[in-house]
Amino acid sequence: MAHLSYEAGKKRVYYGLILLAVVTLVEVSFSLLGKDHIIEGVEAMSWTVYVIGFILIALSLYKAYFIIYEFMHMKYEVRGLAWSVLLPTSLLIWAVIAFFQEGNSWKNRRHNDGNPGSKKEVPAEQQGMLIGEDVYILSGRG
Amino acid sequence: MANSAHEPEVQQNEDLWSGGKQPLKVSYGKLMMWYFLLSDAFTFAGFLIAYGALRFSSATWPIPDDVFSTAPFNNFGLGHETKLPLMFVTIMSFLLIISSVTMVRAVQEGHRENKRGVVFWMLMTIIGGLGFLSCQAWEWTNLIKDEHMTVNRDPFGTHTLDGVYLNPDGSESDEVFKAGDGYLVHKHHVDHGDDAHGHDSHGDDGHGAEDHGSDDGHGGDEYAYEVGDHAGYVMDENGFVFKKFKVTTDGDMKGQVMAQEFGPKAFGALFFFITGFHGFHVFSGVLFLLIIMINAAGGVYVKRKNGYEMVEKIGLYWHFVDLVWVFVFLVFYLL
Repeated sequence: MAHLSYEAGKKRVYYGLILLAVVTLVEVSFSLLGKDHIIEGVEAMSWTVYVIGFILIALSLYKAYFIIYEFMHMKYEVRGLAWSVLLPTSLLIWAVIAFFQEGNSWKNRRHNDGNPGSKKEVPAEQQGMLIGEDVYILSGRG
Repeated sequence: MANSAHEPEVQQNEDLWSGGKQPLKVSYGKLMMWYFLLSDAFTFAGFLIAYGALRFSSATWPIPDDVFSTAPFNNFGLGHETKLPLMFVTIMSFLLIISSVTMVRAVQEGHRENKRGVVFWMLMTIIGGLGFLSCQAWEWTNLIKDEHMTVNRDPFGTHTLDGVYLNPDGSESDEVFKAGDGYLVHKHHVDHGDDAHGHDSHGDDGHGAEDHGSDDGHGGDEYAYEVGDHAGYVMDENGFVFKKFKVTTDGDMKGQVMAQEFGPKAFGALFFFITGFHGFHVFSGVLFLLIIMINAAGGVYVKRKNGYEMVEKIGLYWHFVDLVWVFVFLVFYLL
């Protein structure tokens, strides 16, 4: 195990502290920027949601990489160990794609009442307030 | 002499089978800690992916920076009107990052066989973990007690249309909102009108709580405690006030009066379950850190002469807890 010297290791740790804190602050700023807390009008531009979402996910993955490789010392372990731990997590890529797709189609089905393509009109009496499963308070007057 | 060609091979086989070899150059304990963490990562990933799937399946979803916009400083000095979106969870994140760093320091001191250093830095790590848990306790208390979120009720809703709120007497107020704005459905007897979407139109309606309905007819400036459908709001049997609003989005809905609704039920369940599961990891991590710190102070690991490997193992676990928080933070608060 190729370890850093004690002094170098110590430096590396405090570098990590600053790095993670700064990345976290950048993430929070981007998140607030996307929700109009910093500059008005960003939320109205629909494409910003994807750009900011991508930046946030990328920064989080970078933080995860840093924690695993530096703090958990994966960098200094043999390659076989790193692969045997990290490779299985690639299964999650498919899980994310499949389940998000599933959630999306669930939403569409609810809207179309099971018939893809036919937009079901919500009955007027159901446009009031839902107070329980299928219990609506009517609100047509006013 | 003819046998000598086979000798190295036999020798090698015997070496392999005699044990004591570490093909991955780590001890059994550390290797198994890695594999445990891998399995735990799948558990957390399953939960977070479930959150994503349910979020994708819902037409609306609570807006995190509206939901998580309070901090203890709101109660002491700043006042409830001051919104602090994501500030408190950012502090919580810093606590975990700092405690991760102090953990690395403990491991480094362990490699030097420096008992005092190990104990000191582990103590710092424990304090960081306890700080995180305290913050989470406050966050949960605030959500349950003041904002009335439970595992099957989410009072944080999101508007899907533009509109203008009605006063309690049914007349139009000057409070407008846009599609995508969030709101919090208030409960009558704690509603001081002091939250995110502060309704300045009614000053002290919190006091009407004790004597139900006695304030009727006072210019309609208050939400009377009376279950049912009122001119400007609807009150359910639990005392939740669903304010009515007039739709201003162009289209066939324009001019229609609608009432607020609860947000998607799944949000409360997912929030308490996932952050609770993570908090439980932190809690058990603190317990293990405490045990190992006491052992270290008692000189148990000095005798083992393996560079405080036990501290390294609990360190792996502790960093993993920080690692999971990176993703919980991303999914629940940032996105």
